[in-house]
Amino acid sequence: MTTPWSGAALAEAIEAFAPGSTEKSKDGDVWLKPEAIFRVCEGLKTRPEFKFDLLNSVTAVDYIDHFEVVYHLTSLPKNASAVVKTRVGLGRTDASVPSVVPIWRGADYQEREVWDLMGIRFEGHPNHKRIMLWEGFPGHPLRKDYVTYDQSIATLAPDSDVDDTSSRAGQ
Amino acid sequence: MAIKTQPVTVNLGPQHPSTHGVFRLRVMFDGEEIVDVEPIFGYLHRGSEKLAEERTYTQIITLTDRMDYVSSMLNNQAYMLAVEKLAGIEPTPRGVWLRMIASELQRIASHLVATGFLLQDLGALGTPLIYAMRERENILDLFEMLCGARITTSYLRPGGVFMDAPKEFWPALDRELVDIVNTLDELEKYLSGNEIVFSRTKGTAVLPPEMLINASITGPMLRASGVDWDLRHRNPYDYYDRIQFKRILHTASDNYARYWVRIQEARESVVIIRQCVEQIEPGEVRPSFDEVPHLIRPPKGDAYVAIESSKGELGFYLVSDGGIAPYRMHVRAPSLINLTLLREMLIGGLFGDLFVSFGSIDLNMGEVDR
Repeated sequence: MTTPWSGAALAEAIEAFAPGSTEKSKDGDVWLKPEAIFRVCEGLKTRPEFKFDLLNSVTAVDYIDHFEVVYHLTSLPKNASAVVKTRVGLGRTDASVPSVVPIWRGADYQEREVWDLMGIRFEGHPNHKRIMLWEGFPGHPLRKDYVTYDQSIATLAPDSDVDDTSSRAGQ
Repeated sequence: MAIKTQPVTVNLGPQHPSTHGVFRLRVMFDGEEIVDVEPIFGYLHRGSEKLAEERTYTQIITLTDRMDYVSSMLNNQAYMLAVEKLAGIEPTPRGVWLRMIASELQRIASHLVATGFLLQDLGALGTPLIYAMRERENILDLFEMLCGARITTSYLRPGGVFMDAPKEFWPALDRELVDIVNTLDELEKYLSGNEIVFSRTKGTAVLPPEMLINASITGPMLRASGVDWDLRHRNPYDYYDRIQFKRILHTASDNYARYWVRIQEARESVVIIRQCVEQIEPGEVRPSFDEVPHLIRPPKGDAYVAIESSKGELGFYLVSDGGIAPYRMHVRAPSLINLTLLREMLIGGLFGDLFVSFGSIDLNMGEVDR
């Protein structure tokens, strides 16, 4: 069985090599300061006590007053797993975290997907472009304040004389 | 006298018979050699993750069918395990055995499709593909007996499956398991030692294991490079800890190794199904509606669960705010992430190897774009 690191133990182990980089820990999760992400991830990959050589997933959650970027890590030699999180974008407009692509190539498409759908920048990403939607698409659809086409027409009065096709083009 | 050449950019797809869906590649050739590759995604993007935010946990099962539409049972299973972990639901034993049988059958079907299309890309027009698809049709017939659907199965429910297998399913399954082995034997007889297959697939698109791990590539691609990483074995979910099966490994890490690993894994799936059939016992296939109602309201929190899908590690990350719909759902799609090393696989190769290497990844555009 894969052994999950407990949040408290992981936070302590991270503090040992990168002091002042963790914010808090709860259950199986550790929250890092966004500026410390790159330094900590490098340590998590290379240091013998962790050896997290496989990055399972990078994703983000919109909590309205902030975003949370979530990293799931696995160590193949030790058969252990860990969850690292960070809070960004308290002002919503300039959410950005350092990219981990130089450490794990596997983050390449996943970080692009987070940027495309959630609108969080990854500083230092080698190919920082949208992946699913086209360049010039307005907004980032997975954000909670994104207004979908269905929602935009639902707010119109039923008898309003608006041409459907034109409002779709505006989306 | 050397012939003067200049690089030419060719657009392959999104509608091309060998791109396994609506995948687009912008390739730059110098003569026959590939010098640059740029994959372009998104032609099948349906916003499943956004759609999931306004559906109940049970309704989302239908969305997961449509992600990787050649292995919908495996998608159902991964999603159900995530919901069960999030909501703390204990599945019933018969339900678990049934979904293990269903998902292993689906793995065989998916590997058959992968193999058939790989050989189609190799230039074996029709024959191996028809052999593989014929057997897959029989597996889909079994799914029809289980749940009434062939592709979009939606068979699983929180805590098990929605319906017990009918009486006539079990003899049909027995016959089918024999047929599957026969078909695999047949395919291997003509292909695994075939000199044309050898010369086209051996030594092409070789990727070192460290590079694969660093690029988060999992599944048959990783095992074809000799890394023993199968979640069914390393982190057993459902009842895989009660099953004995061989781990299929190859060390060459080329296109042939990836083909070979898939065929052998399909054989092991037959072994797994036989053990499931031996161990299954009568009982309820899902908890009663008093225990697990239709409208689940998991407590606040998040859960990430990954299973060994036919393509690799398929993970679901669910965040609950205590409501009837997930606050956020993210799918860790192996098809998308396995494409990370596409440039390394293709650049420096020849045009003729492009679709062979591409077919050996075994991707599904429904899952890449979601």
